[in-house]
Amino acid sequence: MQDLIYISIDQHGVEGALRKDVKITDDQILHVADLALIRLDDDEVRGLRSQLDKILGYMDILAVVDTTGVAPTHHPLPLVNAMRDDHGQGCQDLDDVLRNAPQHEDGYIVVPRVIGKGMRENA
Amino acid sequence: MLETARQYRRNEKSPVEETRAFLEKIRRDPFNAFITIDEAGAIRDAQAAEENLKSPEAGALTGIPVAIKDNICTRGVRTTCASKILSDFVPTYDATVVKRLKDQGAVILGKTNLDEFAMGSTTTSSLAGPTRNPLDPSRTPGGSSGGSGAAVAAGLCAGALGSDTGGSIRMPASFCGITGLKPTYGSVSRYGLVAFASSLDQIGPMAPTARDAAVLFDAIKGHDPLDSTSVPRDYGPTDLDGIDLKDLRIGVPEEFFGEGLNPEVKAAVRSGIETLEDMGARVVEIGLPHVRYGVAVYYIVATAEASSNLARYDGVRYGLRARDVRELGDMYARTRAGGFGDEVRRRIMLGTYALSAGYYDAYYRKASQVRTLIAEDFRRAFSLCDIIAGPTTPVTAFRLDEMIDDPLSLYLLDIYTIPANLAGLPAISIPCGFDSLGLPVGMQLMAPHFREDLLLGAGISFQERTACHREGP
Repeated sequence: MQDLIYISIDQHGVEGALRKDVKITDDQILHVADLALIRLDDDEVRGLRSQLDKILGYMDILAVVDTTGVAPTHHPLPLVNAMRDDHGQGCQDLDDVLRNAPQHEDGYIVVPRVIGKGMRENA
Repeated sequence: MLETARQYRRNEKSPVEETRAFLEKIRRDPFNAFITIDEAGAIRDAQAAEENLKSPEAGALTGIPVAIKDNICTRGVRTTCASKILSDFVPTYDATVVKRLKDQGAVILGKTNLDEFAMGSTTTSSLAGPTRNPLDPSRTPGGSSGGSGAAVAAGLCAGALGSDTGGSIRMPASFCGITGLKPTYGSVSRYGLVAFASSLDQIGPMAPTARDAAVLFDAIKGHDPLDSTSVPRDYGPTDLDGIDLKDLRIGVPEEFFGEGLNPEVKAAVRSGIETLEDMGARVVEIGLPHVRYGVAVYYIVATAEASSNLARYDGVRYGLRARDVRELGDMYARTRAGGFGDEVRRRIMLGTYALSAGYYDAYYRKASQVRTLIAEDFRRAFSLCDIIAGPTTPVTAFRLDEMIDDPLSLYLLDIYTIPANLAGLPAISIPCGFDSLGLPVGMQLMAPHFREDLLLGAGISFQERTACHREGP
């Protein structure tokens, strides 16, 4: 039975098979890539479109669950703010911290020009 | 681990000798379990332990060589998350769990391999290449804590820490024939754990036995002011003698034994449950009707949280920075495109999509609501039983060359482990048998919040009765 690594959705008895029609478009992939600040080439867009479409198709099984009046859970335990007394505490050594920075000068991190076009490269 | 500690005290072994022996084995490791070996640090820790052993304060971990998954920060020792984007990152502080292990005298041998950013179940997407299963090197050790699983199974360390967001401790524990505990959310500090999905991530122990796992768990658990999700409460020590299983009610959910479960895995887990019954436990049938939606909920919630957590990798303060860029926006997009591997990018994209305008309600909000229903299933179940038993994974370790290039099929391997993360429950995987090829099968036990004592106790007692955690079939 060792070749059984293919676990089909049907095997888990989940209603609602994979949808067949493509829902997500290239434009949506590019829009999401812009939001996520990840540059994609054309092949990557195509690959992600078919993979995300299949995965999102599987997510559609949630649509059949009745969640009327159900509060969302964002944390497994009820959390309250963790407060501490307002005392000064030590901080990390600046030289140590800057050692990880790709480029720095006089205690500052150096970055390329901020103003310009290109933030929405994928669009 | 406890036997080594006794040998240290009787002067039959020394931490430095023991550490050198482990380092020598790691140097010849054919399974690629480690990304970084910290020889100098380990010897230094071991020398300090030799001194400490002379004092009455020496504990069970003094001089014990352990390994740390490479998404847990270690001061001065590279912490890569198996990613190109962090390949040169050297933390300036220790994670709280590392600090606690060091404070108790443990020797840190090095950092173990994982799927990039702990996103995976095979330990193949690592920048350092795949880790192989010591029980059969043609197979995966599972993931994402596959390096820690393989290191423990191959005897390259006495125990290890892993992290578990959707099964990343329990799955490799199951595939490698060892014990792995995912603690209750909030019982172990996440300070210094590189964040993947903050409402799901927990650090936990992986060890040859439940007793060793308990020693490690006791060392790392407890409130930490540096992690605001860490829960302040009284964390007593685990009883290392195990628990009496008489009249313990074991809930067996039919949903964990349905289609998709390999029949040999099913038989081994059933026989493990029978052993628990022979020891006095009582089986109770329970239902967890919403766990079937767990994978869908998880891959929305976890990727949504990951898309936010991984926004910090932008090439500015640390990590990789793309070269020859025109300006800042260009630098962000190129750095992230070049620094993240395929699976990490896929998950960031999926999570960003699920959170984006127009899709938030249909995906993220809906998933968070179904998460509530899953947690309620468990609350109801635990009014009928003390612990829940089932398989850890639907299959045993599969061949690396059999892996198919289909993310969704791999996601479905997490079907039995994900529910505990969504509900924040503690869960353990202990070896309970073998399939016809001699590959280990893990049995998963789950308990109410903060009842690790039941899981570790049952595991210790079970392992006193059975031998499959020690031997092959």
